[in-house]
Amino acid sequence: MQIFHRSTNTLAKVSIFGAVFFIALFAWIFSTLLRSSYATGQGIVLKQPVPFSHDHHVAGLGIDCRYCHTAVEVSNSAGMPSTETCMNCHRQIWTNADLLEPVRSSFANNTPIVWQRVHDLPDFVYFNHSVHVAKGIGCASCHGQVDRMPLMFQQATLQMEWCLACHRDPGKNVRPREEVFNLDWEPTDPASYKRYMQPLPAAASDPEWKPSKADVQALQAKLVKEYKIQSLTSCSTCHR
Amino acid sequence: MESVNDSKGKCGAEASAQPQPVRLDLAEVREKLSRQRGPEVWRSLEELAETPEFEEFLHREFPRQASEIDAVSRRGFLQLAGASLALAGLTGCTKQPPEGIVPYVKQPEYIVPGRPLFFATTLVHGGYAQGVLAESHMGRPTKIEGNPDHPASLGSTDVFAQAAVLTLYDPERSQSILHDGRIATWGAFVADLGNRLRALQGLGGEGVRILTGTVTSPTFAAQMQDLLTRFPRARWHQWEAAGGHHGRAAATRAFGQPLATRYDFSAARVVLAIDSDVLTEGPGNVRYQRDFARTRRVRKGNLQMSRLYAVESIPTNTGTLADHRLPLPAAEIEAFTLALAQAVGAATAGGDVLTDARARKFVQAIAQDLRANAGASIVAADEYSSPAVQVLVHAINQALGNSGRTVFHTAPVDAAPVDHVASMRELVTDMSAGRVELLLMLGGVNPVYTAPADLGFTPALQKVPLRVHHGLYENETSEYCQWHVPAAHELESWGDARSFDGTVSLMQPLIEPLYSGKTGHEVIAALFANRADATSFELVQAHWKTLLVGNFEEAWRKVVHDGIVPATQLPPAGASVDGGAVQQAANDIRASLQRARSEGSNKVTLRLRPDPTVWDGSLAQNVWLQELPKPLSKLTWDNALMVGPATAERLKVSHEETAEVSWNGRKVQAAVWVLPGMAEGTATLSLGYGRRRAGRATGLGFSAYELRTSQNLWNLPGAEIRGLAGRHDFACTQNHHVLPQGKRKSGMGEDGEIPLAGEQAEKRHLVMTGTLEEFRSDPDFIKKEREEPEPGESLYPGWKYEGHKWGMAIDLNVCTGCSTCIVACQAENNIPVVGKEQVQRGREMHWIRVDRYYAGDMDDPRIHNQPVPCMQCENAPCEVVCPVAATVHSDEGLNDMVYNRCVGTRYCSNNCPYKVRRFNFLRYSDRETPVLALLQNPDVTVRMRGVMEKCTYCVQRIEQAKIESKVENRPIPAGTLQTACQQACPTQAIVFGDINDPESEVTRWKSDPLSYGLLEMLNTRPRTTYLAKITNPNPALAAGQAHPEHEERT
Repeated sequence: MQIFHRSTNTLAKVSIFGAVFFIALFAWIFSTLLRSSYATGQGIVLKQPVPFSHDHHVAGLGIDCRYCHTAVEVSNSAGMPSTETCMNCHRQIWTNADLLEPVRSSFANNTPIVWQRVHDLPDFVYFNHSVHVAKGIGCASCHGQVDRMPLMFQQATLQMEWCLACHRDPGKNVRPREEVFNLDWEPTDPASYKRYMQPLPAAASDPEWKPSKADVQALQAKLVKEYKIQSLTSCSTCHR
Repeated sequence: MESVNDSKGKCGAEASAQPQPVRLDLAEVREKLSRQRGPEVWRSLEELAETPEFEEFLHREFPRQASEIDAVSRRGFLQLAGASLALAGLTGCTKQPPEGIVPYVKQPEYIVPGRPLFFATTLVHGGYAQGVLAESHMGRPTKIEGNPDHPASLGSTDVFAQAAVLTLYDPERSQSILHDGRIATWGAFVADLGNRLRALQGLGGEGVRILTGTVTSPTFAAQMQDLLTRFPRARWHQWEAAGGHHGRAAATRAFGQPLATRYDFSAARVVLAIDSDVLTEGPGNVRYQRDFARTRRVRKGNLQMSRLYAVESIPTNTGTLADHRLPLPAAEIEAFTLALAQAVGAATAGGDVLTDARARKFVQAIAQDLRANAGASIVAADEYSSPAVQVLVHAINQALGNSGRTVFHTAPVDAAPVDHVASMRELVTDMSAGRVELLLMLGGVNPVYTAPADLGFTPALQKVPLRVHHGLYENETSEYCQWHVPAAHELESWGDARSFDGTVSLMQPLIEPLYSGKTGHEVIAALFANRADATSFELVQAHWKTLLVGNFEEAWRKVVHDGIVPATQLPPAGASVDGGAVQQAANDIRASLQRARSEGSNKVTLRLRPDPTVWDGSLAQNVWLQELPKPLSKLTWDNALMVGPATAERLKVSHEETAEVSWNGRKVQAAVWVLPGMAEGTATLSLGYGRRRAGRATGLGFSAYELRTSQNLWNLPGAEIRGLAGRHDFACTQNHHVLPQGKRKSGMGEDGEIPLAGEQAEKRHLVMTGTLEEFRSDPDFIKKEREEPEPGESLYPGWKYEGHKWGMAIDLNVCTGCSTCIVACQAENNIPVVGKEQVQRGREMHWIRVDRYYAGDMDDPRIHNQPVPCMQCENAPCEVVCPVAATVHSDEGLNDMVYNRCVGTRYCSNNCPYKVRRFNFLRYSDRETPVLALLQNPDVTVRMRGVMEKCTYCVQRIEQAKIESKVENRPIPAGTLQTACQQACPTQAIVFGDINDPESEVTRWKSDPLSYGLLEMLNTRPRTTYLAKITNPNPALAAGQAHPEHEERT
């Protein structure tokens, strides 16, 4: 006696062969979700108490990163400006702007402004700004072109694979220490390049010369040696 | 810390899973021990008896699983599996919660977010100052280090200083002023007391009494002086339960005034400790340990070594380092001292007082050694010896010419060196007679609990119309008081205090009082100087205004910065021992000896001592100290009535069973702990337990204060101990994390002998020891004993280290077993406390432990201490078994532990031969109590349930040092990178550094011929190595003393 209908054979075959497909699909969905901006927060603008514009302050007014982020060269934390730092200027200019009301009231009432953390690493990760800065990793390498961000958002995924990509091969992101805080630095810019490395004599005479990929790599290799940059991938480098 | 509260009650459900405890048969143990051969060391009587519990701890690191439910059915199991998959799987997918950043409104100068600041300040223990540096992370103190410039510290601390930061945050501290149990205000307190005081001021302060502990603070003393001029008929009483009562009495008898005594161990070639833990207890202990260790660092090329004798009734940390240790009952120790005094000419000879031949031999040998090193020796007795013994000790030091060279007598360090017992007696008499109108108890004194039992303090107290208590905690005494004022912790206060040598140390606050505490200075100023708003800063600064030389602003800044007022060390005073006092002491000793020897054989001498961790009970609520295994006994969360094996057999009392101690009609029930090395006829019970009102410490242990009287503070001769039915559940760690030593084959072979070849093959050198003589004749004698594996004896390829290569070496020769390293590690690495019940299961979390080994006879064993952190093996057995690569080898040779990767399989701990891995079976870290979040070191992850953890050589400090060196483009300066245990160690027994650097201290230690590794034959290639313990026995005594370890080897 036949219990199952003939068509169940097909069903069985589809489900057996389909299993591979379904598993692959789930794996793909999972990994895509994991890397999506939903999970990483990449590119998402958070609502801040004051819509502070790096674009205006950095690109427009030319204020250095370190004017506000004072601890970046000496501490793990870059440091967030105290209300007083804002008021240094804003007790003179835009003194009545509505947007700045939270700053003024913070200063008057001695209550801190609570910003939303944009770059939030997990608590078991111990990142240190000072050593990255000292080794010639520019702000823009991780934070992106902050001077083009009217509202701050997270440029990179900040996932471990992203950290490791650089830690395995730190040369490709290194720049001269002098250019660390220069958000617009371009390694292929001839004038800038020549400041740090003498190009080959053939190139020196050519007014149209632009550093090639190999030229940039040569500069980076030189910096890696000069700054004694190591590839640090031991777990305890970041996890303690 | 939450588990502390539910430590009771949980036991019941799982009790059935544990093997039934077996009563320890001491006769059998003794018999086994006598048949034993070879250089074996043992940890506990249970090990010798091979009890099932011990075997379980031997074979597995964590004998029992964290099962909450017994006998799960199949269906139940599936439910649990499903639920845990859902919880574990799904909770892993949660998004990170949004986080705020809260910058300052006005950023304070010097504060760099993310970088700690260190402030010199002072902690006070028993009235005496310990200079420390407090680490502050954005305004919250997280860790205490020693102050390298402070003479009592030189950069190290003791356990109490390390644990102080936990007391600061303790949520059980009293948090508001109480009036008749109701919350009141400071204003109401000052007004109420002010009214009463105005009435009494007319009478010159008649009826006003102030009770404090030992006071060394110059500012407080000046305030009291001022008070006593305004209120001439007021009285200041003092009661320090574990204070220097006998020492003061002895000095008064010997010198006519209560002079203080301090030692210079660095100049001593021969030291005799008479019933005294002089190295690791008392106000000067940290300095003494450092100085003494300096004379014991034997290395190839430095064979100079001092000699230490210990004659003691109770085994002490000092005794564990002794070259010769002689256990004697208390009364015999007095006789010993008298005989020694006679032998060195400090007392007039007259009749042999010793009956014991071995003691007589010791006296002769020691006397000869002391005379040969006259002027460069120290004879030390501590507070717990009778005044008569201490008078004789002063006389001996004088006769040997040590006074002024190694032993210094100075003016008293106490501000008002009165006889505390007499002071208390006077207070109680006056209270009973109704002559006291107002009793103000300052600085956390707890006389209801600690006063001598015969004085009847509590009933007398109730006759005082107005009673005020000021302290960190509500306690037994505050219960009887109308007013309770919370005290500010030392880390919240301005103040000052003197250290053991008189140096005035300044105290500065690290944080505003968390629980609106007031300092003693503020209470006195508010009540007696009409300055309710005066801060302790104003009071302390005003006091020093007239005393500091030069420009005050500059001088004050320097004093606050350094933590020390310069040139305040007390100069040695010329003092000579009164001959009559020596005669009197000799007579006293003869009389007490006669009494003791005529006593019935069923009596013992009960010796009371402050507890090594909770001290006089005032630290009972500090759970780091509660869970710290006590040196020698390794008990946690308890005290016990300790007796030696011989005494236990004679009195027919059993290990871990209850007994009743009676003395002079007073009775206390306590559980017995059989402690090898206790002198026959001696029992001891530490103070500080049996608290009736002490929050989480309520009801732990047994109260020794109920036996303690004003006449017999430390020594209760003629006590009786009677065994009772009933077992006490101790939480003792001596059998936890036991290392295998090869099988003990007692009773093998036809004639009961052990075949030596098999024994040799299986022996494992856990603690390697030798004598100075052996080392002198053959520097490589330890090397020859080692079982080093051949190089390349591994299937795995070797590691290469191009940069740093971290390593640690531990000098067993100077480790006193004081356990400061354990608490330092706990504070640095956010290590949680698990509670008594979890300790009983072997789940204590300390990353470094101090193993204590015995060798030889149960009644007179040699005792060794061995700190064991993670060995950071080169061929680490843990690394290869982790299925998720949560423990991996770093570029610098550390076995990194990645908490966020760990899934809790516990394969690593199963495979660790050293048993140094700790697993969070439950959620031990308290994440709910907000104030405890302030305590955590922000540079170390707070671990979750289900995560394995272990020592990482303080990798956060390594990384910070490396980052600083990179940022500043310079190498790490020598000596700046220290692990927490190394930094805290008073004897500098631990050294850590880069083995790739041939100049580093650690490389030098490791290349010494005394260096050896633990369980080397396993080819794990441990990075942590040890320096063998070398003793310097006196040839005159060595021949007679059984030293099987040494004899067997030749």
